Amino acid sequence: MLGTIGVASIDALFADIPAPLLLKKPPRLGPALSEPELVRHITALARKNKRITASFLGAGCYHHFIPATVDAVISRSEFYTSYTPYQPEVSQGNLQAIFEYQSMLCELTGMDTVNASVYDGATALAESALMSVRINNKTKVVLSKTVHPQYREVVHTYCSAAGLGVQEVRTVNGCTDPAALDKLVDADTACVLVQSPNFFGLVEDLAAVSALAHTHGALCVVCVVEPTALGLLKPPGAFAVDITAAEGQSLGNAQNFGGPHLGIMGCKSEYVRRLPGRLVGMTRDSKDRRGFVLTLQAREQHIRRQAATSNICSNQALCALAAAVYLATLGYKGLRRVAELSASHAAYLYERLVELPGFEEVFPSPFYNEFVVRCPDAPAVNKKLAGAGILGGLMLENYYPELKNCLLFCVTEMNTRQDIDTLLEVLA
Amino acid sequence: MAHENPKDYRYTESHEWIKQEGDLCTCGITDHAQESLTDIVFVELPEVGGEVAQGDRVAVVESVKSVSDIYAPVSGKISAVNQELSSAPETINNDPYTAGWIFKIQCSNPQETESLLNQADYEKFVQEESH
Amino acid sequence: MKLIFEKRLPGITAVSLPEQNLPQNTSLPQELLRRDCDLPEVSEGELIRHYTALSRRNLGVDNAFYPLGSCTMKYNPKIHEKLARLDDFCESHPLAPAAAVQGNLELIWELEQALCEITGMDAFSLQPSAGAHGELTGLMIIKAFFKAGGQQRDTIITPDSSHGTNPASAAMCGFKILTLKSNARGEIDPNELEALMSEKVAALMLTNPNTLGLFDKNILRICEIVHNSGGLVYGDGANANAVLGMARFKDMGFDLVHLNLHKTFSTPHGGGGPGAGPLGVTRALRDYLPAPLVSKTENGFDYIDPPHSIGRVKAFNGNFSIFVRALAYIRGLGGEGLKRTGRIAVLNANYLRKLLENDFHLKYKTLCKHEFVIDDSTMPAGVTTMDLAKRLLDYGFHPPTVYFPLIVKGALMIEPTETESKQTMDNFARTLITIKQEAADNPELVKGAPYSTPVSRLDEVRAARNPVLRYSKEE
Repeated sequence: MLGTIGVASIDALFADIPAPLLLKKPPRLGPALSEPELVRHITALARKNKRITASFLGAGCYHHFIPATVDAVISRSEFYTSYTPYQPEVSQGNLQAIFEYQSMLCELTGMDTVNASVYDGATALAESALMSVRINNKTKVVLSKTVHPQYREVVHTYCSAAGLGVQEVRTVNGCTDPAALDKLVDADTACVLVQSPNFFGLVEDLAAVSALAHTHGALCVVCVVEPTALGLLKPPGAFAVDITAAEGQSLGNAQNFGGPHLGIMGCKSEYVRRLPGRLVGMTRDSKDRRGFVLTLQAREQHIRRQAATSNICSNQALCALAAAVYLATLGYKGLRRVAELSASHAAYLYERLVELPGFEEVFPSPFYNEFVVRCPDAPAVNKKLAGAGILGGLMLENYYPELKNCLLFCVTEMNTRQDIDTLLEVLA
Repeated sequence: MAHENPKDYRYTESHEWIKQEGDLCTCGITDHAQESLTDIVFVELPEVGGEVAQGDRVAVVESVKSVSDIYAPVSGKISAVNQELSSAPETINNDPYTAGWIFKIQCSNPQETESLLNQADYEKFVQEESH
Repeated sequence: MKLIFEKRLPGITAVSLPEQNLPQNTSLPQELLRRDCDLPEVSEGELIRHYTALSRRNLGVDNAFYPLGSCTMKYNPKIHEKLARLDDFCESHPLAPAAAVQGNLELIWELEQALCEITGMDAFSLQPSAGAHGELTGLMIIKAFFKAGGQQRDTIITPDSSHGTNPASAAMCGFKILTLKSNARGEIDPNELEALMSEKVAALMLTNPNTLGLFDKNILRICEIVHNSGGLVYGDGANANAVLGMARFKDMGFDLVHLNLHKTFSTPHGGGGPGAGPLGVTRALRDYLPAPLVSKTENGFDYIDPPHSIGRVKAFNGNFSIFVRALAYIRGLGGEGLKRTGRIAVLNANYLRKLLENDFHLKYKTLCKHEFVIDDSTMPAGVTTMDLAKRLLDYGFHPPTVYFPLIVKGALMIEPTETESKQTMDNFARTLITIKQEAADNPELVKGAPYSTPVSRLDEVRAARNPVLRYSKEE
């Protein structure tokens, strides 16, 4: 090969790099590990994590059952070793799967159009704010304090970079304060961002928020962080919501210490050309056969460059495929069952937890599968649970200083009655 | 299929054309522009009533693989837009100089058209640009 | 092929779930409950047949040579897939106390150290999910840095050969963009750059090796010019495969650089994602990185917030299971192995370039790095790059990147990577030359390709004019 190129050594092929830049030694990264040694090294790291017997922690990342079909499909290397489907003739598998995914998420969220994914729920929410501003050219973003704290941070980061003002709305009884919201939303408001079920697990009054936003000419953006809730609850689309931002991790994607997860964005059809991210569309080939292509690409960075709807290029395609397989495996019947199990198990724990001495109800509103309880000593409670191998609820004081000794518990279909009874025994 | 550049129109270096009737100007993109874009799939029309200055970006024309900004050839107020383009953007490809008009401007300064290219100068410009 | 919605078996679910054995959650009022949702209804067998059939209509690196320039489609080792699926990783919660996830934190820390060693940068944030996300993060840091220094710098310079994400990311941060025209060699002209520099310029965003696969020999001077003017240099590290173990971005003068783990570090492309775009910075910018970072203390690993952090760009810690794969890749190769990777990547690209240079037009005929660009200007009978790409599909290859970078008309950007054999490359070159001959003898054959794929060329105009983006029963 060197002969063909006409050089004496590979070193000659680096003659275009200025000599001072050429490294004299390779990077100090240790020796190459053989496959068994590699397995040992990485497994040893994994084993340093504490094994738990049950988890009651949610707060944006959920332990749900993942059917075996999901991994079977996403492990097929034609899917996972493929590139973005820019050559549609050899990517119909990917394109059709994502078209089906888009369709399923439209059904689930009640929105007209859903894109092929963005990085996660938090960036989906931030992009929704930017999208709203693109639509109505206003400059103010109104954000409820009941939106996940890390999501709010991301919204602030993105909006600050784009020169947009963000105002947060305070809460009352664990939900967005309608009076405070009314005061903040005005003719300069581009969008109102709320989460439902919210960070405390409570269902917000989306009809009221949507109506209020629209009265002032603002867009209503709803964030759904635990979408299995939509197996039970009316979706955002039922409340004339303009944009839905959601986190799809609960749908067939493992917790994976926080990533990769799945950003979902859906909108009303009139806004489709402002939607960031890839979109798969249906069309015909030269022989009039049905086929799928990436479409409306003129919105994207590789064509529009600085005038693009977003800078996004790579997305979370394989995670979207996992979500599609999950939803197809469960169907509405199965998803409803998962939601009912989660909700009923949560209710079961809640009723008994608030009966324990020192434990109190904090917010009396309807909840899905997460709820807040006050206890005498939150760190002590979690320490006790940890001793029994149980991952307890999230301490809220770090995020909401007024919620001292409050814990956010999450229950899913993966927490059996046994698990819950054990937790109660430990705390009794 | 080439469309002849009308003699009585004026042209810009960004490939817009303008037909002036008193202080009402009709604008669109030239045959050269529609040919380079190939099949047009979407037109983002300006708001009727908006004030524009000569050279402002007022519209966007999209094809599958590219996007083109359309600039106001003269200053004034947008008095009308061609709504037909919302459902049939290909009209620009088929008939760029008549049915494919994009917007009309009520000129605030009718003399501005004199600084634009006439048909001969535009055709020379296009020739030179392609080299 | 039917859509999964069209294979409905009413009442069927493809998995068995536990029975409801506890009372319903009555806190939820009836009027908030939904009545229906049109999701698929299939049996497990039908579902698996459906997705198996779909997978067989798809092409991955495991099926074929995928010489996509700038994408670095190298082979994805299978052991990585196994390691990423370890329960202790998959089941860990990002909000678990640090003491409970020491293994994860150590892995993140170890990867950060390795990336610093490879690039020479002083610190990395692993939070960004993709290259573009890394760019956005970097630009936010640049903005914050100058604001903290009381400077009003509102402009970013980027060459016309840059990836579209560069100006798009800059625009999202409210920067003005000045485009620098590449010179005849596809490089940045230092004099032209100097003319554009001012105290309004916050940074130069560039890719080196550039998007033509060429290493800019003036890189040290370029960075010096920017620094002399008080600006910063942002490096798009998408082409890191070309210099792995041979040169470091820090030494070139970059203040910030992102890496694409799904390119250089072999994590799978997944059909478009997920990837990861870690952002490396010099010491001066470390304090601005997204919070949190992972630090090693004498009591183990813990989270630490950089004092002037720009905030979060994503929830949680980044795409962790991608980190597992990337670290496994690095450890499996070691320092020597990574260096060999860069060297073979460059060897392969130059070899393939030589095989094609007599039959195809190369705008830049010099020594290349890990990729090179040919174009369709010498193709007979008006056969285009697109036709060539589609005809390659019939021969079982994924085509190279087409029509990018924009500065070469009809570009085909070819990047073989180091995981391809000489035979594969010989085969590919032979095929391209055959297609060129076909174009001369029978142009209509090439213009009508592909013929052997499940669908022929698709009507993209129709798809864009009348977008159908979801299934509806009336279709």
